[in-house]
Amino acid sequence: MTEAIEIDDLRVRRGGHEAVRVPHLEVGAGAVTGLMGPSGCGKTTLMRTIVGVQRVAAGRVTVLGRPAGSAALRARVGYMTQAPSVYGDLTVRENLRFYARVLRVPVTKVDEVIDAVRVPARAGQLVRDLSGGERARVSLAAVLLGEPEVLILDEPTVGLDPLLRIELWRLFARLAERGATLLVSSHSMEEARHCDRLLLMRDGELLVADTPGGLSRRTGQENLEDAFVEIVSRREEVAA
Amino acid sequence: MSPRITLAVAGRVLTQLHHDRRTVALLVVVPAVLVTLLRYVFDGRPQVFDVIGPGLVGLFPLISMFLVASITVLRERTTGTLERLLTMPLHKLDILGGYGLAFAGLAAVQAAVVSVVAFGLLGLDAAGSPWAVGALAIGNALLGMALGLLVSAFAATEFQAVQFMPAFVLPQLLLCGLIVPREQMAGALRVAADALPMTYAYDSLQRVASDGALGSRGTLDVAVLAGAILLALALGAVTLRRRTT
Repeated sequence: MTEAIEIDDLRVRRGGHEAVRVPHLEVGAGAVTGLMGPSGCGKTTLMRTIVGVQRVAAGRVTVLGRPAGSAALRARVGYMTQAPSVYGDLTVRENLRFYARVLRVPVTKVDEVIDAVRVPARAGQLVRDLSGGERARVSLAAVLLGEPEVLILDEPTVGLDPLLRIELWRLFARLAERGATLLVSSHSMEEARHCDRLLLMRDGELLVADTPGGLSRRTGQENLEDAFVEIVSRREEVAA
Repeated sequence: MSPRITLAVAGRVLTQLHHDRRTVALLVVVPAVLVTLLRYVFDGRPQVFDVIGPGLVGLFPLISMFLVASITVLRERTTGTLERLLTMPLHKLDILGGYGLAFAGLAAVQAAVVSVVAFGLLGLDAAGSPWAVGALAIGNALLGMALGLLVSAFAATEFQAVQFMPAFVLPQLLLCGLIVPREQMAGALRVAADALPMTYAYDSLQRVASDGALGSRGTLDVAVLAGAILLALALGAVTLRRRTT
């Protein structure tokens, strides 16, 4: 497995304190990597760093062999922000047609991605009148338009009903099968089982990088939520 | 920079406005109503209307585009769509150019309506052609847009953005010479007026209205105006940061 994302000695400072500290991290291509951890632990900051929109204090972040944020990466990396970054005063199709033009992809892709995320695209209905989950899926659809090689998705499944959530995870798996690299964050450990690999994050640091199976074996906990708790308490024992 | 993407941005801004017909209606109707009001306020002194009328017709688009642009761009900053756009393969100039095209188009409609009302219905009399006043109005709209885009970087909320109008635009309106000729102002204010772009916008309009043509001095005014637009856009481009804290 080749590494799509490589991080060394990364330090990010936000608001006067160190928000993220990652000595080393590799994220493999052709897999779905889950970035799990409680709200406020630094998941979004780490993702922004990989996309190249976050100012960093120190470190090296490489995506597809180039420094994160390079102009050459802009067509190859897709980023879905946590708050849906779509225009509320446009319809679903108008939003996606605009992004399709910016990404220079044929407008026929629009219907394809609407179908993939199963968002209702009723003519004349503005995005601001959709539910939060629907807006998030429009935002996800905009990422899919450009068929990026690397997808950085910040909590794409939050607030969705279980059926839709499963469907999205299946979609992510299909994309990974085709060779894409997906880094998907979630604060719910329930979602961890859908990932090929897991990164557990807490207080700006990565605690573990492992497969779900490996994490269970390592902690002796079947349930991934319990495994997470186990890892955190072991660390605290060491610290104390 | 790509003309296709610039057009896509302009098309998107216009589509957003298309869904907000009330704003468009207000933008087009309000200046016409205000200029009508002014005509009858000066009912007994039509010569005053002829003096300040062209200035107002030409400056309305500056004020409205300042407001519309600062709010639209602020929304784009706060909803994350700007951040998303900046992660995509496009040039910042595509964004600025797209906004410029869209607002110039809107300003053209606004200027056309207020000109028809002022020159056609209300009998506003100017030595120069109403077309020249209209063209200057569109130029002023671009200045308003560029300034609005720039100040949107310093506003955290829409409330603040709206307050930048009286803070940035009203002093310029007071000092540009529209209300009181600049020669009658305190010396320090005259110096301040010389440093403000709206002064040149007003002077160029005044020259068209009274002399019938821009002349060499008016051409200089337009050049200063163009420089101010480019400077404001350049500063605005600096505030479109790809990497933030």
